[in-house]
Amino acid sequence: MEPVLQVRGLHAAYRRTKVLDHVTFDVMPGTLTAIIGPNGAGKSTLLKTMLDLHPRLGGEVRFFGTAYRNAKLKVGYVPQRGSVDWDFPTDALDVVLMGLYGRIGWFRRPGRRHRELALEALDKMGMADFAKRQISELSGGQQQRVFLARALVQDADLYLLDEPLAGVDAATERAIMEMLKTLRAAGKTVMVVHHDLQTVEDYFDHVLMLNRTVIAHGPTTEIFTQDTIARTYGGWLRRKERVTG
Amino acid sequence: MSYDGWILLTASLVGLVCGLIGALLILRRMAMMADAISHSVLLGIVIAYLVTRELSGAHMLLGAAAAGLLTAVLVQWLHARGVQQEASIGIVFTTLFAIGVVLIATQVGNAHLDVQHALMGEITFIPWETTRVPGLGEIPEAVLTLLIVLLVVGGLIAAFYKEWKITSFDPALAAALGIPVAFMHYLFMTMISVTAVAAFDAVGAVMVIAMLITPAAAAYLWTDRLSVMLLLSGLFGVLAAFAGYAAAWVLDTSISGSMAFATGVLFLISFLISPRHGLAARRLRAHAAAGRLKS
Amino acid sequence: MMGLSHNALWVLASMLMLGTAAGLAGCFAYWKRQSLMSDALAHAALPGVVIGFAILGFKSLPVMLLGAAASALLGAWAVTAIRAHNRVKEDTAMGIILSVFFGLGIMLLTMVNRMPGGGQSGLDGFIFGQAAAMVRQDMRTMTAVAAVVLLVVLISFKEWKLYLFDPAFARGIGLSGRLMEAAYLTLLVVIIVIGIQAVGVILMAALLIIPAVSARYWTNAFGTMLALSALFGGGAGVAGTYVSTLGDGWPTGPFIVIAAAGIFLLSLVFGTRKGLFVKAMQRRAQMRRLKPQAVRRDPLAEGEALP
Repeated sequence: MEPVLQVRGLHAAYRRTKVLDHVTFDVMPGTLTAIIGPNGAGKSTLLKTMLDLHPRLGGEVRFFGTAYRNAKLKVGYVPQRGSVDWDFPTDALDVVLMGLYGRIGWFRRPGRRHRELALEALDKMGMADFAKRQISELSGGQQQRVFLARALVQDADLYLLDEPLAGVDAATERAIMEMLKTLRAAGKTVMVVHHDLQTVEDYFDHVLMLNRTVIAHGPTTEIFTQDTIARTYGGWLRRKERVTG
Repeated sequence: MSYDGWILLTASLVGLVCGLIGALLILRRMAMMADAISHSVLLGIVIAYLVTRELSGAHMLLGAAAAGLLTAVLVQWLHARGVQQEASIGIVFTTLFAIGVVLIATQVGNAHLDVQHALMGEITFIPWETTRVPGLGEIPEAVLTLLIVLLVVGGLIAAFYKEWKITSFDPALAAALGIPVAFMHYLFMTMISVTAVAAFDAVGAVMVIAMLITPAAAAYLWTDRLSVMLLLSGLFGVLAAFAGYAAAWVLDTSISGSMAFATGVLFLISFLISPRHGLAARRLRAHAAAGRLKS
Repeated sequence: MMGLSHNALWVLASMLMLGTAAGLAGCFAYWKRQSLMSDALAHAALPGVVIGFAILGFKSLPVMLLGAAASALLGAWAVTAIRAHNRVKEDTAMGIILSVFFGLGIMLLTMVNRMPGGGQSGLDGFIFGQAAAMVRQDMRTMTAVAAVVLLVVLISFKEWKLYLFDPAFARGIGLSGRLMEAAYLTLLVVIIVIGIQAVGVILMAALLIIPAVSARYWTNAFGTMLALSALFGGGAGVAGTYVSTLGDGWPTGPFIVIAAAGIFLLSLVFGTRKGLFVKAMQRRAQMRRLKPQAVRRDPLAEGEALP
């Protein structure tokens, strides 16, 4: 089996601090991986750098054996909820439709088929009734579900989610994890930047432990140990290498 | 058309085109950038004048577009170097504007492009400067410029409607989907610059800001749908233009100042009485909710 | 200085004071991330100035300044009110206040200029600044106010530093956030109000922003930044005013701004802390250090397996 994602020697900085240092790993298809690490360890930056949303200082990233720009339609990205202005005048269905813009192309309007797809995606996340609801009226959990529906509608093969469970209610958390497991069962690959150590073993079959560089990566049952956790989370504050020196 | 008719038409066109682009402007949180560009276009116009020694519309538009782009680029450059966004904007536009004023004061002297005019515009001159258009006869040059700009801006917004929507709402996703976010950003800056200078002759540099921001903000308080907001914003712009002109006529005062103030009055009214997001409506809803809790 | 009249020296001296005070106030605005609020406040002051003149019927600087202050404070309040009550964002609110108040100011100004005696108002000088037209009394007022500001900042330096960088801690040791907020706003409005005579409402923000940002390229220490910013502001004030006297009826504002921008450019390139020159040297040194650890650079061929 070929890996869906290959990262070699990835380097990135944020302001003047190096946040990604010689990051190297492979992700196999059909896995549900948690990316964990302390704050500032580079988890969000990792996703953004892989997706060309953040400048890369060095290294190589391959999606499905090719560069990201050739594989964009196969990769679904769910950014953090806080990255968006929820007062924007639009409704839930419209937000999900945006996930199809890449496919609709220039100069064309979303058609009936697109609207049906969007409604289906909302339904999968239990949000069909909220299709016409203004997004500012949605709760945090509901907003997150809309975001996930937007990713689903892209029908990607690899999904990258940035803290999807942050600040959501228990029901939403269950719904999201259910959906991610369904995706895995369908042969898709999912990577999630996760913030809660307690739930890693319940939710994820693989884990990538990151603290500027990869501390450990592999099946949860094998590598998620006291030792690796200590190495990932300990001593972070003492080391802060500057890029400019 | 009568003298007053031309003036009202000019003012309405200004209100309409500024309102349209203003809606996107405030959603993209670029109000201060628009402030900056409206000031910087002065430099573009002055340089265009000094180079060509003409005040023709085409050259001014070009100079303005260049100045607007320059502003956006410089601000971005400074910000990338670690200067706060607001400070970057503040440094760039004040400097460019100051250079523009100095050039006017020293090089241009008391030519038609004097400082007060540049600032305040002089809509009362508009009907006199005409140009010949096949099929329409003699129409004021400013009107022609505004019509063209309205067509271009309106056309661009309509053609790329969903791209504007997504790059304004979620640029990260837009980039991930392959939409050229940076290109659209600079395209937008150019559209603002061109709109600013088209409105320039009528309302002057500083008042364009009022027309760009305030009707859009008022519209924002009435609706939750982008398409409606765009149309409402244009409508409010036209309303403010009419109201401002009427007030200026009654009070015998600056037309552009009155129009700017009129946008403010419109906003205030919206702020208070809009059924969706106005103050009165919110208070009533809060009361109703509290009442339900008690009973 | 050669060939300068007694009056001109007075003007330069008061511009020095103003620039210095503005440099200080600008630092505060910078750290509070409110650089453009000063632009909004300056524009908002215009109606107040005009009303101050119109009420009396003759030019009285203290009354006009009071009007300016009231108007600016009303603008500040309006911005927070808009932001507090609905979803209109802060930058939009500032833009609204800035342009609407200014529009009102122009309306009133035009009406006053058409009144008999309106030509004596000197109000037009508030648009772009006309320091050279200030009379002795005005200069005394300006200098005195600037001196007071300087004094206040110097005396409570420690409190300002704490309030700007660690407001939570400051509250913890009993430093009232509200008091400091009010003091900050008062300081800002006062500087703006006395400054608009010399620089004008449109460019006043420049004098508050540019020297402060320039200082950042030389130092990380708050105290040093304040001192440098004051120095740059004062320098720009004097240089700009001097140049403006060389021409007939030239406004002072734009020249002061250009002078400040010149200082900024020099700081940007040669500043010891983040200047371009220094950064270029650092990058050269870093490149030399990183060379031995270069990662594989040539792009992989399509479908080629990674080691």
